[in-house]
Formats: sequence, structure tokens, C-alpha cells
Amino acid sequence: MLGNNGKIDGFSGINPIESKEELIKIYPAKVARKRAKHITVYDREEGDPPEIEANVRTVPGIITQRGCSYAGCKGVVLGPTRDIVNITHGPIGCGFYSWLTRRNQTRPPSDESENFITYAFSTDMQEKEIIFGGEKKLKQAIQEAYDIFHPKAISIFATCPVGLIGDDIHAVAREMKEKLGINVFAFSCEGYKGVSQSAGHHIANNQLFKHVIGLKNEKNDAKYKINLLGEYNIGGDAFEIERVLEKCGIELVATFSGNSTYEGFANSHVADLNTVMCHRSINYVAEMMEKKYGIPWTKVNFIGAESSAKSLRKIAAYFDNAELKAKVEKVIEEEMKEVEKVRAEVKAKCEGKTAMLFVGGSRAHHYQDLFTEIGMTTVAAGYEFGHRDDYEGRRVLPTIKVDADSRNIEELEVSADEKLYSPRKTEAEIEKMKSKGIDFKEYEGLMSDMAKNSLVIDDISHYETEKLLEIYKPDIFCAGIKEKYAIQKMGIPCKQLHSYDYGGPYAGFKGAINFYKDIDQMVNTKIWKEIKAPWETEPQLSARYGSE
Amino acid sequence: MLLRHTPKEIAHREALNINPAKTCQPIGAMYAAFGLHGCLPHSHGSQGCCAYHRSALSRHYKEPIMAATSSFTEGSSVFGGQANLVESIQNIFSIYNPTVIAVHTTCLSETIGDDIPQIISKAKADGKIPNGKFVIHANTPSYSGSHVYGFANMVNGMVQYFSETTQNRKNQINIIPGWVEPGDMREIKRIALEMGIQTILFPDTSGVLDAPQTGKHVFYPKGGVRVDDLKTSGDSIATIALGDTASSPAAKTLDTKNKVPCHIMGLPIGLKATDRFVNALRTIAGVNVPESISDERGMLLDMITDMHSYFYGKKVALFGDPDQLVGLTEFLVTLDMKPIHIVTGTPSKTFEKDIQDILGPDTKANIHLSDTFMLHQLIKNEPVDLLFGNTYGKYIARDEDIPFIRYGFPILDRIGHSYFPTVGYRGGMRLIEQILGALLDRKERDSSEEKFELVL
Repeated sequence: MLGNNGKIDGFSGINPIESKEELIKIYPAKVARKRAKHITVYDREEGDPPEIEANVRTVPGIITQRGCSYAGCKGVVLGPTRDIVNITHGPIGCGFYSWLTRRNQTRPPSDESENFITYAFSTDMQEKEIIFGGEKKLKQAIQEAYDIFHPKAISIFATCPVGLIGDDIHAVAREMKEKLGINVFAFSCEGYKGVSQSAGHHIANNQLFKHVIGLKNEKNDAKYKINLLGEYNIGGDAFEIERVLEKCGIELVATFSGNSTYEGFANSHVADLNTVMCHRSINYVAEMMEKKYGIPWTKVNFIGAESSAKSLRKIAAYFDNAELKAKVEKVIEEEMKEVEKVRAEVKAKCEGKTAMLFVGGSRAHHYQDLFTEIGMTTVAAGYEFGHRDDYEGRRVLPTIKVDADSRNIEELEVSADEKLYSPRKTEAEIEKMKSKGIDFKEYEGLMSDMAKNSLVIDDISHYETEKLLEIYKPDIFCAGIKEKYAIQKMGIPCKQLHSYDYGGPYAGFKGAINFYKDIDQMVNTKIWKEIKAPWETEPQLSARYGSE
Repeated sequence: MLLRHTPKEIAHREALNINPAKTCQPIGAMYAAFGLHGCLPHSHGSQGCCAYHRSALSRHYKEPIMAATSSFTEGSSVFGGQANLVESIQNIFSIYNPTVIAVHTTCLSETIGDDIPQIISKAKADGKIPNGKFVIHANTPSYSGSHVYGFANMVNGMVQYFSETTQNRKNQINIIPGWVEPGDMREIKRIALEMGIQTILFPDTSGVLDAPQTGKHVFYPKGGVRVDDLKTSGDSIATIALGDTASSPAAKTLDTKNKVPCHIMGLPIGLKATDRFVNALRTIAGVNVPESISDERGMLLDMITDMHSYFYGKKVALFGDPDQLVGLTEFLVTLDMKPIHIVTGTPSKTFEKDIQDILGPDTKANIHLSDTFMLHQLIKNEPVDLLFGNTYGKYIARDEDIPFIRYGFPILDRIGHSYFPTVGYRGGMRLIEQILGALLDRKERDSSEEKFELVL
């Protein structure tokens, strides 16, 4: 039976409530009680999504997908920017592990242009600095980076011990900024802050907002100017979105932060609309820019051909220009020709298959659209570091309790900029647009798109992952590198939705085609049928060697 | 040029590490722990450490890397991580049921000064450690040494917790293989077995991090040294520690704790180092070297003599860990190649001297404790014909257009390193195949049409 979104209700008669019990049965009682709140069965006929526990501490000892605040700040948000020298202040490991591992592609305008993405900079803190303080070494490191590279900006990222020993990285930044005459700013993104990468996103947003956005004020005469927020150019996603926007005649002022530059950030306040891809990692910047500069924000999704088309139409509707709308329709029509062709071929082979997505803070939602397009159903999904609003929608924001772990992440007080505040639309205009179906400051959340009786699991543990696979035997599981090989050992293909298994782009129209093909290849390969050797499946021969 | 900002001029740096040739201690401890059968590594610190180490090891091995974390929050950083670790121990035994939990520290738990043995005692006193199960630990402060030290410290921890002395000496030899690949450990065991020698090799990641595809995820694969076997290491007649940096602490502990005499030697990379290893096995065990091993040696030597002219005089740059670099340098010199830039990020008191001894007093080379930014600058100043290093070396190789052989840790973008050994005579044969392949591919690419021949 087809439910909403054409998804299938009920999954081969598996009872999701029983599945949930099975997932937590092994846990000690206290842990089981905690984990139960992170696992929900959503029956859409019962109205609003149920409350899910999210953005709280992971139980110690549980094998989790989650990383840390530093990873969210340095790795995710600032990592893709090519012309800032990002110095990790701490022992060598953190800088090493975040060196080129996130596949942030970038396209400098020329062979001489700045591109520091291939470099890892670290103060390589030693025991001496742990004992006597590391500020001196940090200053020296900044000076050395400046002397060798002469960048336009240097940023500093704190690792765990920095906060503990009390290094004042912000004071160092101020001092060196003055001394060198370039922008130097710091992020207190120690790994123990918050409960996951999410805290690091927030810290990154705050500091970009305080120290970079609005510093430049270059007039931009383009008619339709937008920023793209929360798109990190994994596998070239941002390149594809840039291509499509350019074709439509929409000017992209800045992307936060795929294929981005320092100056792009600095001048991003001249855009007339902020479009938000990954709500979790970047909504803070969108909110703050609206308050300070009067730029409205709206949620978009360029993952999935239909979603891309929908997002383009939304942008065109915002600017409300007939010519732009016509152009967008023409582009969609052109692009969809090839998409439809491949989609039909792949759908014929994938229809009815099932997927699970446990990744990130938006991808577990966005990628469901691509699976739906080729007839596959998402039977379970969840985020690694999402918050309740990413699951249940922003309507629950006022009811979210801020616990001790989140309270220590700074909330900036933002007010309208005396000079630069200029509301792009009047309240009446916004209301009128809303009545036409254009939403602002809205995100419906992952649950709104889940099929009836599907499971939504927050911060899934490795044990739960294996149990889910045993119970549902999905055709594909989407997660990250840490999960991939255990899942594949169970005979189920695992698609990495952080690194795309080194493929991509998957965004936009060309990206959708790439994704259809890659999923087809993964769910239809016959190699999994070779797991049993012939002698494990065939009966023992009766004749003996040499017995003739 | 992807490393376009690297200048030829070398400026003195005191504080800034650029493109490191090392990483931090805990990942080495995690890797070593996989060499213990039924062991779940546990990272006592923030979640990010565990996530990063698991990711790096997953990329390198393309295998499940199961490890847990104490998931520190700001609160635990202020009040200490005892509650988190005790809770972790209880949860891990309930949910994942390992035989051993191998705890390693991080810069966070080291900076706040968590006393791990005391916390383990508390967990034991509180009944959180079931009978027949073990929790061991190693201190692995990320702000000293490198990943190799973390490996060495965890191997040392295995000895400290498990080795026992009884009245009965066992006719067996301990081999501590150093930070080498599962395939290397398998090869070292094979050589000893071929010589008829009983060994306890630890850690032993063969059969763990090269597990077969069976359609089942076996949480604790069949490989790895058994705790019961490890206990008997205190009764062995000797310990052979391969690689000074990675293996000597554990070997020395066995010597002082259990009076097992230790022989610290280099990794058996290439002809001469393997000769010394085989000879040590022979003399310590009092056996003859079987013809099969002599034949393997002869095959390696045959390959070298057949293709010697291709190697002669070629300049080589290499970066990685001291134990590997010493072995590799010696082998390159055996082939009459010229290692001219040798860089490690791992501090070692003997590294420079060891390398210089191999090169001889009259040979000049750049031997540095530094980073790969420095190595790249050295190459710009004196170009080379071949580069050895981990995957990060590919950026230097591309910019400078140098044939490149992936060697060391981590190798993120190729397979084979975990399966096919580079130690022993057979490992030497594989290295030669790789070197010759890289040099000849380049020669063929660069040859003009008239000089391009069936055999170059």
C-alpha cells in the first residue's frame, strides 16, 4: 500500500515497536531508558511527530558515530575555505586527522591564487607547553605562518588541552592582528565542548559572524543575489549548484563554506536572500544575518532533482520576476531531460528496494529524496548530531530545554546594524509570499518526510546498527567511514554520505544522475552472492579422489 | 600546483608544524590493541579522538575498527573522567562483551591527570569487571612522542598486565614485531615456523585487520594474540624486539619483570636486516636455517643482481617512522640507490646516527626530525628520482613530478599494504617489484618514440 510520498507503509510485516525493543534489550536498565527516548516510531496519522531526544550526551562506552566540537568547527565549517591559514593549536593529532580527509574541493581562479586547503598547520604542542602555557608558541607559529605565506587571514582552533591550561587564544589573536595588520581570529572549539560536532558548528558560526561577515562592503549590482549556507562542496556539490545557479542568472555572493573565500564571507551581507542547505550546521548565521542586515532566509535542498527544481523555483518566486521565473523553468526543463532518462533506467532496477540513512545533521533527510526518485523506501533514518528541530521541525524550538552541555556554547546578542541594516522585504511582502507558499525561517524536519511505521533513531549506536540490519536487511545502508566496513562485512552495501565513497557530486541535476547510477551499481551488484564458496552450498561429492 | 605556497628557500621554524610526518600517540595504542584477541580498544577522552582514530584506521585497513570512548563533556573535563570510565567499562562488558578492554589516554585525560590504574581498581572493586575479563591501560599523552610511542606504550602495557613467570621456562621466543602491517606479522610468524621455532608474537593484528568477507561481522575476529599465550611470554627463552622505537619498551619490561633476555634489532626490511633477523632466530633457538628460507634469500638476491643497473645511483627521498626508515634506507643502500632526504616526525635519539651509520661517514644526506613541508623544500633544492612515504606524499610527488611509492602509515588511497608483506626476503621481493615498477613506468612515460622499446 502506498503512503504519502509514494512510500510503502509497513515493511514486510516487521513491527517497528518490537524492533525498538530488540534494539535496546541488551542495554543495562539505565542505558536502555536513555536510549529508548532516542528511538521513535512515527505514525503520521497520529498528527505531529513524536518528541525525540536529541543533542544530549552520548552514553560513555557506547560505540557512537559522533565526533567532537573541533571537528565540527575546523573540519566542517572552516575546512572548505581555501585562503585562510587555519592553525590548529594543540598536540599534532587533531590537525593531522582533519588534513584533507573531508574531500572539500575548491577552485581557485588561477594557478597563483591562494589555496591552503592542502596544508595542515599545527602548533604541535609539547609537554612543555601543557605545563607552562602555549600562548608564546602560538604567537610564534602565527608569525612564522605569516612570514612564509602572507595570507589575508589566519584563524586559530583550540583543541582539548588549550581550554584546560587556560591559553587565551582570543587575546593572542587580537595581539597578532594588530601586529601583522591582517585579520586573525580564534575559535574556542575544544573537543569536550557540547556533545558532538554540532557545538563546533555553532562556535564557527559565531566567530565568522563576529570577525568576518560584513567586513567588506563591495557593491554588487546583480539583480538576484543569494548566499548558499550549509553547503560544503564534498565531491564537487557546490560546483554543480554554482553551475545551475549561473545558468539561471542567479548570482551567488558567498557559499558557507564550499569553494569559499575569506572575502566572499566578508561581503556576504550584500546578498538579498540566504538559502540554507544544512540547517543544523549553519542556521545560526542565517538567523544572525537576518537580525543584523535584514536578509531573510529560507530552507532549500539541492539534493535530489525534484528538490533542486523546487529550490530554484522558490528562489525565483522570492525575487518575483517573470523573466527569472521563465529562465528557471527553462533550465529545469533542460536539465530534467537527462535526469529523467537515467532515472527511468535506474528506477526499473531499484524500485521497491529499501534504504537506511544514519548520518550527519541534514543528509539523513536530504538524501531520502534521491532514494524516493528511484523508487526506494527509507525504512529507518536518524542523525549523528541533529537537534530536535532537525527531526520535528522548527516549530518545537520554543520547547527545547537547554541543558548544561549546550548552555556553555555562546549565544550572540545580535541587533540591527546601524549602517548596513536594510530589510530586503517588508513584513507585508513576507506575509504575502508566505500566503503563496514560500516559507521563511522554516524547516519541517526529517520526520515530516518519513514513511508510516518507519524508525527514527538519534545518535544510533553500533550495536543498534547491527540489530537493525539483522531485523530489516535493507538493500543499502548509508553512514560514514567508521560504519562502512562492519556493515559490508554483514553482506550489505554501505554508502558513505560524508565522503560519497570518493564519488560525486550528488547535488543538483548532474549530481542526481551520478547518485542514481552509483546506487544502482551498489544495490544491484552480484558480488554479494559470492560470499558462500561452492563447497559451502553444494553437497559433498560421493566419489573420492583416486578411488577409481 | 597543489602545494603552490611551499617555497624553495628554507626558513627556520620553531613553532609551526606544516604537513606533519607524524600523528598522536592514542591512534598507535588503538592499533596495537587490535593485536590482542577479543580486545576492544577504549579511548579515554573526548569523542572526537576516538572518531578520528577509527576513521584513519578504517581508511587505512578498509576493515571494521570497533572502539569505544569515554565521551567526555565539559563537566567531566572539570571534575575528572572517573565516572565516565567506570560507566564505559560497565557498558562495554554488557553490550560488546570483549575479553579485554584496552584503555588509552588522550591529551585531555592526561592534562587533567586522571589516574587510570586507580579507576580500573575502583571498577574492579565495584564489580564492574566480570570474572575472566580484563581491563588494561597505557598512558598515551598526545603532546609527547608520536603515534609510534602510543603503539610502544600499549604493547608495553600488555606485558605489564599479562606476562607471568612460572618455574617452567618454555621453549619459545617472544617476537614483538613493531608497528607493521597484519601481512608483515603473518610473514614474521611464517618465517619462524618455517625454521621450526615456537613463537609468541604480539601484538598480532593478522587475522584481525585483514579479516575475510564471510557475510558476518565477527566483532572479535579469530586473529590476535590470546591472553593465555601472552601470559606465557614471561617464561620464554628470549624476546626479539623488532624496531627500537615501537618495540623496545615492552621488551625491556619483559627483561626486568620476567628476566626474559631481550634482543632489540631493526625491522627485517630488505636483505641484510632479514639476514640479521633470521640469524638471531637461528642462534637464539639453536636451529639450522632450512633450505626453504635460504632459497627465499637467494630469490631476492637474484632479483637484485638481475636488475641492479636500474637501481644504481638513483636518488631517493623518504619520510615516515624511524624504525621503517632505518630498514628502508639500509635496503636502498644495498640496492646501490642513494637516499638523500630522510625525514621523520617521530622523535628518536638514535635515528640520525642509525641512518648515518648505514650511509657511511662520507655520505652526506639530509636527515631530519621535521615535517613533510620541510621534506618538500629539501626536494626542491635537490631533486630526487623516487619518493617513499604515506599517502600524503602524493601531493609532493604530483607537484614535483616524482615517481612515488606508498609506504608507511597511513595509506588511505590504495590497497595491498595490509595483505602483502614488505618484511622478510619475500617482502624485499615485493619492495623491489614496486621500486622497479615505479622507475620503469616513469622511464616509459618519458621516453621519446625512437627510444621507446619493448624492453627499456
